[in-house]
Amino acid sequence: MIPRHLFIGVVVLLVAVLGMSIYAWHMRGRVAAIPAQPAADTRALVPTFTGPTERATLFVAFDEDGSLRPRSAQISLPSGRQQRAEELLSALLTIYLDKTSPHTLSPGADVRSVFLVDPGVAVIDLNSAFADGHRSGVLVEDLTVTSLIHTLSANIPGILKVKILVDGKERETLAGHADLTGFYDVTAVNQLSTQLQPVQ
Amino acid sequence: MRWNNLRSTWWNSGASAPRKASKIGTGFNPGGRILRPQQIFQRPAISLIISAPILLAAILLPAAAPDKHLSVYSTAANYSLPVVQRDRRDYVGLLEVLEPLGKVTAKFDGQRWRLRYNNRVEGEFFVGKTRVRVQGHDAELPARFLLENDRGLVPVSSLASLLPRFLGGPVTVHEDSDRLFIGSIATHFTASLAGDNPPKLVFHFTTPVNPTVSTEPGALRMTFNREPLVAPALPTLTFGSKVIPSATYAETNGGAAITVSSPVPLIASFSADGRTATISPTSPASAQTVVAPPTPPAPASSAVAGGPSPVSHRYFAVIDASHGGDDRGETLSPTLFEKDVTIALARSLRQELESRGITVLDLRDSDATLSLDQRAYLTNTNRAAVYIALHATAGGHGVRVYTALMPYGGDDRGPFHSWTTSQQAHLSLSQSAAADIVNEFQKRQIPVRALTAPLRPLNNVTTAALAVEVAPQGSDLMQLTAPDYQQLVTSAVATAIAADRDRLGAPQ
Repeated sequence: MIPRHLFIGVVVLLVAVLGMSIYAWHMRGRVAAIPAQPAADTRALVPTFTGPTERATLFVAFDEDGSLRPRSAQISLPSGRQQRAEELLSALLTIYLDKTSPHTLSPGADVRSVFLVDPGVAVIDLNSAFADGHRSGVLVEDLTVTSLIHTLSANIPGILKVKILVDGKERETLAGHADLTGFYDVTAVNQLSTQLQPVQ
Repeated sequence: MRWNNLRSTWWNSGASAPRKASKIGTGFNPGGRILRPQQIFQRPAISLIISAPILLAAILLPAAAPDKHLSVYSTAANYSLPVVQRDRRDYVGLLEVLEPLGKVTAKFDGQRWRLRYNNRVEGEFFVGKTRVRVQGHDAELPARFLLENDRGLVPVSSLASLLPRFLGGPVTVHEDSDRLFIGSIATHFTASLAGDNPPKLVFHFTTPVNPTVSTEPGALRMTFNREPLVAPALPTLTFGSKVIPSATYAETNGGAAITVSSPVPLIASFSADGRTATISPTSPASAQTVVAPPTPPAPASSAVAGGPSPVSHRYFAVIDASHGGDDRGETLSPTLFEKDVTIALARSLRQELESRGITVLDLRDSDATLSLDQRAYLTNTNRAAVYIALHATAGGHGVRVYTALMPYGGDDRGPFHSWTTSQQAHLSLSQSAAADIVNEFQKRQIPVRALTAPLRPLNNVTTAALAVEVAPQGSDLMQLTAPDYQQLVTSAVATAIAADRDRLGAPQ
């Protein structure tokens, strides 16, 4: 004869097991219903801030002649420096991820965030798709780095040096050439930007 | 070593043969009576069965793979060492490699095998592990460390990264051919056709050579077992002559060979103290003649003469074929990587510079992995006058000459300079050298640009430092591999460096 309390305990456990199985089955169905995201998302990024627009100068790289050209753009820019920096780079990446981009970046390339640290330090955090999919070459990497840094420094005064991270971590190079271990000197990068102006 | 084992087994079989024979003998004796060896060999059938495999082995063993050995070339000594195979990898005794180069001591304390080189560098190796520790820094071997009869064995493939930590200089390993070059010891050569009737093929070597010369129908072969001869930019050189159409360079088992093909018999003669070899047609009767070189053979390469001698070279230029090993650089095409083009460019530039009387240290002459810090360290410690990094790209057209884009700051303290901004004091010299190179390209109507780039190790180098990135002139990517185009580029660089020699070489 099975004791009564043992019988009740087993029944309760069986009910619990059955309930958990039904719940797990239900959750599995919901996960399967979620569409695959977002590695293959090739849509151009759109600035997230909406509000009054300002005129900003973006420094856009052109692979065709290896040049960096200023381009005026009307961009919705928030008042906060850090948010402005993120919107500026977001606008720049919108150009690079477009089908007609003069300097193609890999699909999914993005700037995760920009941190402005006083005095005069900016930290650009790229995502891994940006660096992993970047084309390798001294000039092509030079153009990307200069474009990002000069666009920031031209529109946000006070930045003296810039550090570039990938997924929040230091990386040796962008794609085998451009050094990411140190701080970029904004003055030196701006001089390089001048060297990269198209020959008239 | 596999062959060594077989060989030793073969020689030992003489002592053990009777014992083995007696055991075998019982199998052929229905009565179960154990036969003496003499009795066995008195029965023809049995002795035939036993002796047949032995005879077969005697015939086959000498035809087995030759004894593998590692040829080591250095300024102190040239020598060769046996290579043993373990776990399907080639291993060599590390102590034996270092012994001819300096004072080496080793001891095993039950767990660690400690190696001390020149009372200066200490390494710790752990039996069965891939981790090693040299001067307090951890490193990884591509395969585990082995200890056999107190001999510490390391994979041959690890020498390229391991030896610089002990020797403090560049080391190049040609793994496929088991050749190890310590320092900038390589002998380079050029080949050119001279004269029309009959045509002569003239080889110029950067150091005296003493090869073994042999002829066979359709070819003359010069075999270099003692000389650190290295490959030209391309392994096969073509000359556009029907008499001497081509020459091929190949390396195998610790040596190198140049094979000159020809439909007519050839003869080799040497001049300029062994620096020049002239290959010319001879009469068919002498085609099979083995031509002896003019100088008596050098002492056996395995003999090690004396201790290490201090390196007296002062390299004027350091050439750095960028990338290498796991770092393939830009993938120029599915079968062409930047690291391979930069090696060809480096070899071409080396020849161009040396032909102008400029001494060169080539940091990478094989598919070795060198860190950026190692490249800068080797350049700085050798106190060269100019450092030239070579890159190749499919993007754009022509050539770009880069100097360092200096990073922010740098915290020099007294006599100690910041590693990240070491180039700062030499930047103007670098820029003027780059400007001279750009002028030379412009003279030759090759598209060129001068730029700065955040490109390590330019900013870590304490001498004039620049990088040359080569792209095809047009849309044909294969131009990067064309010897003509490579020479066009490297001769421009070499001409500019040679013209700038006084300024670059002045004390800084």
